Amino acid sequence: MANIQEKIAKLYPEAVVEQADTLTITIDDARWHNLAQTLRDDFSMDYLVTIVGMDWKESLGCIYYLMSSKTNEIIAVKVSTTDRERPMLHSVADLWRVACLYEREVYDFFGIIFIGNPDMRRLFLNIDWKGYPLRKDYDEDPALNPVSIENERQSDLTDTWVEENGKVVKKEVQVFAPEDFVVNIGPQHPATHGVLRFRTAVDGEEIKKIDVYMGYIHRGVEKLCESLTYPQTLHYMDRLDYFSAHNYHHGLCLLFERAAGIEISRRAQVIRVMMDELSRIASHCLFIGTYCMDLGATTMLFYTLRVREQILDIMEKTCGARMTFNYDCIGGVMQDLAPDFVQDVKALLAVLPENIKEYNKIFTGNVIARKRMEGVGVLTREDAISYAVTGPSGRASGWACDMRKLKPYSIYSELDFNEVTATEGDSMARFKVRLLEIEESAKILAQLVDNIPEGEYCVKVPKVLKIPAGQYFEIVEGCRGAFALYLESDGTTKPYRLKIAPPCLTLAGVVDHITRGTKIADLITIGGSLDYIVPDMDR
Amino acid sequence: MEVTTKSMPYEAWKDNEYIEKLVNELKESGTNVIVGQLDKLINWGRSNSLWPLTFATSCCGIEFVSLGAARFDMARFGWEVARASPRQADFMMVAGTIVNRMVPVFRRLYDQLAEPKYVIACGSCAISGGPFRKSYHVAKGIEDIVPVDVFVPGCPPRPEAMIYGIMQLSRKVKVEKFFGGVNRQEKQQEFLESHPVSGVND
Ligand code: SF4
Repeated sequence: MANIQEKIAKLYPEAVVEQADTLTITIDDARWHNLAQTLRDDFSMDYLVTIVGMDWKESLGCIYYLMSSKTNEIIAVKVSTTDRERPMLHSVADLWRVACLYEREVYDFFGIIFIGNPDMRRLFLNIDWKGYPLRKDYDEDPALNPVSIENERQSDLTDTWVEENGKVVKKEVQVFAPEDFVVNIGPQHPATHGVLRFRTAVDGEEIKKIDVYMGYIHRGVEKLCESLTYPQTLHYMDRLDYFSAHNYHHGLCLLFERAAGIEISRRAQVIRVMMDELSRIASHCLFIGTYCMDLGATTMLFYTLRVREQILDIMEKTCGARMTFNYDCIGGVMQDLAPDFVQDVKALLAVLPENIKEYNKIFTGNVIARKRMEGVGVLTREDAISYAVTGPSGRASGWACDMRKLKPYSIYSELDFNEVTATEGDSMARFKVRLLEIEESAKILAQLVDNIPEGEYCVKVPKVLKIPAGQYFEIVEGCRGAFALYLESDGTTKPYRLKIAPPCLTLAGVVDHITRGTKIADLITIGGSLDYIVPDMDR
Repeated sequence: MEVTTKSMPYEAWKDNEYIEKLVNELKESGTNVIVGQLDKLINWGRSNSLWPLTFATSCCGIEFVSLGAARFDMARFGWEVARASPRQADFMMVAGTIVNRMVPVFRRLYDQLAEPKYVIACGSCAISGGPFRKSYHVAKGIEDIVPVDVFVPGCPPRPEAMIYGIMQLSRKVKVEKFFGGVNRQEKQQEFLESHPVSGVND
C-alpha cells in the first residue's frame, strides 16, 4: 500500500493521497482518466467494485472503489465537480466494461453526466422522471412524479456526450440498428426470474443485442436509509437479495460495528457465520431447483426445496421467521440460538450428501441438460473481471473472487474450506460451482457445529448509536457475489449516505455480452445460470 | 347459509360478517330456481379450480414458490395450475412491491385477465407500500390501481396465511351470481370504448 501511495504521489503530484479507512486518492476530473489508466494497467486495479455517487451539498462527485485481482488491495478515488446545474465528469467506461452501467446508475440518481459514456440513459427511473432522487435537494413531492397507469414513454434513442474542439456536445444514437428486429421479453415473463425486461434484437434465432431494462422493482432503498437511524436501516438488507438476508445483514453490521468501534463476542461471530453458510446452502438449493425448472426439469424444484425447507425450519426456530429474519443486529444477534439448533444442523449435514448425490443423478449427467448447458454462454476470466461478475458466476470463469478468502472477515480466516473455481466459464460450470459450494458450506458448518462457544450473543451497545464522521467501506460475500457497502457519516444518528453495491446488478449487466450470437432459447439457460435476483439489482 | 370451503368448519373462519353480507345480497337479488341451481354448480367448480397468474415481483413471491412445492402443496386445493399468461388465469396474487414503473404493466396484466377475475393483495407492500411506503418510487398500495378482493397481511405472509387468503377467495366465489352477474359479457366495441388504450400510436 505504501508503495502505491508513493508512486501515485510521484506520478500525480497534484493528487491528494490519504490513508483513511481505505487508501483514498482525490484528483481533479481532468486528470482522472489518466490516473484510472495508470491504476488499471500499472497497479492491476482491474476490478471496479462500485462507483458511489455523492452529493456533498457544495459539490457533486463520485468515489470509485477499485480492487486488484492480483494483490487484493482496495483503493478509492474521489472525483468531484462543483457545477450543480450541469455536472460533468469523464467516463471510464472504456477501461472497465462495467463502468458503463455504474455510470448510468449515478446519472440516474445524481444527474452527473459522464463524458464519453456510450449510453447515457436513466437506468431505473423512466425518461420523464423529474429530478435526481439521491441529491440532497431532491423534491419528493408526489405530484411531480405521480403514480400513473399510463404507459411510460419509450425511446429508441440514447445520448452520448463527446468532447469536440474543447467543447462537450450531446449526440443522439440509436440503441438498435434500424434493420434490427426487436423482441420484448419481460417484465412479466416466467423465465426472467422477476420483473426484468430484455429488449432483444434477433436475427432469426440468433441474438444480436440485448438492452436490459431495469427499475421495475426499484424501491429507493438508499434514499430511505438516509432518513432512518443506523439500526433501522438494517432491516432493508433482508429485502434486497432475500436469499442472502443473513449475509447482507452481516455485512452492514460489520460496517457499523467497525465504524462505531464495537467488539462483538466470539459466540455471535460463530452464529453469524453459521447462519451465512446455512443461507448459502438454501440459496444454492433454490437456484438448482429453479434453474432446472427453467430448463424443463420441473421435478427438481421439489427435491431441492426439501432441503431448503429443512434449513428454513432451523432458521425459523431461532429467528422466528421463514424469510426476512432481521437476525444480525449491531453488537451481535437478536436472540440466542434455539435449544435444538445443534441437533438440527447435524441432522441437515447428515442428509445433505445423499441429496447432492440425488441431484447429480437426476440432473447433472442428463444428456439433455448437458447439451443445453455445456459451452453455452461462455464468459472468459478477463471479461468476468472487467464486467465485475463476482460470486459463483465469476468463479466459474476462473476468477478467484471469494471475499471470504480475499478479504476474510469475521472468523473466516480460521476456517478450513476451499474456494471452488472452474475454468470453462459456461453455464454448466456456473451450475457445478454452486453445487460444489454447497459441500464447502457444509464443511464449514461441520467445523463449527460442535464448537459454538459460550458467551453473550449480543454485547451492550448505546441505545442511540452515533457513528463518528468519516467514510467507511465494507465488502462481504453474499450468496451471489461480492456485496459492498459504503457509508458516509456526518456524526449523527443517521447515515449521510449509504451506498449499497449489490452483486446482481453486474450479473444483469453482463447478459448482453455473453448472449451475443447465441440462440434465443439459450437466453433462458444463460440468464438462469447467472442467478440474479431482480430486487437486489434494482434496490 | 353457512358458506365454507375445503371442509373448514364455519366457526373457524375469522371474518364471517362479510360473507354473510354477500349471501344476503345474493338472496335479495333473487333468481329463479333453475338458474340458481346452475349457478351453484358452476360456482362449485370455479371455486375449486382457481388458477393463479404467475406474478411475483419480490420477496413475497418466494413464499409463493414455497406454496407450490411439496410441503405446502397448493395442488391439494386445485390452485397449482399457475399460468404465465393472464388470459388463462382466474386470479392474480400480487406478491411483492409494486413500484411506479411497474404500475402500467401491472394494470395491463390485470386488464388482460379474463372475467371473472380476482386480485389478492399479498404482503404489506401490496397492501400499503409496506416498509417502502415512504419511498419516492413505490405505489402506496395496489388498491388505487386495481380492485382488490382479499388482503393477506404479513411481510412476507406465511404460506399458511396465503392458503387462508386463497380459501377466502374461493369462499367468495361460491356466493356469486354467475349468470347475469360476474359472467357478464361485453361487446368488444363497448369494452374498447370504456377502456381507451393510450400510449400506443398506431
Ligand atoms: S411485504 Fe415484505 S416480504 Fe413482501 S414484498 Fe414487501 S418487503 Fe418483501
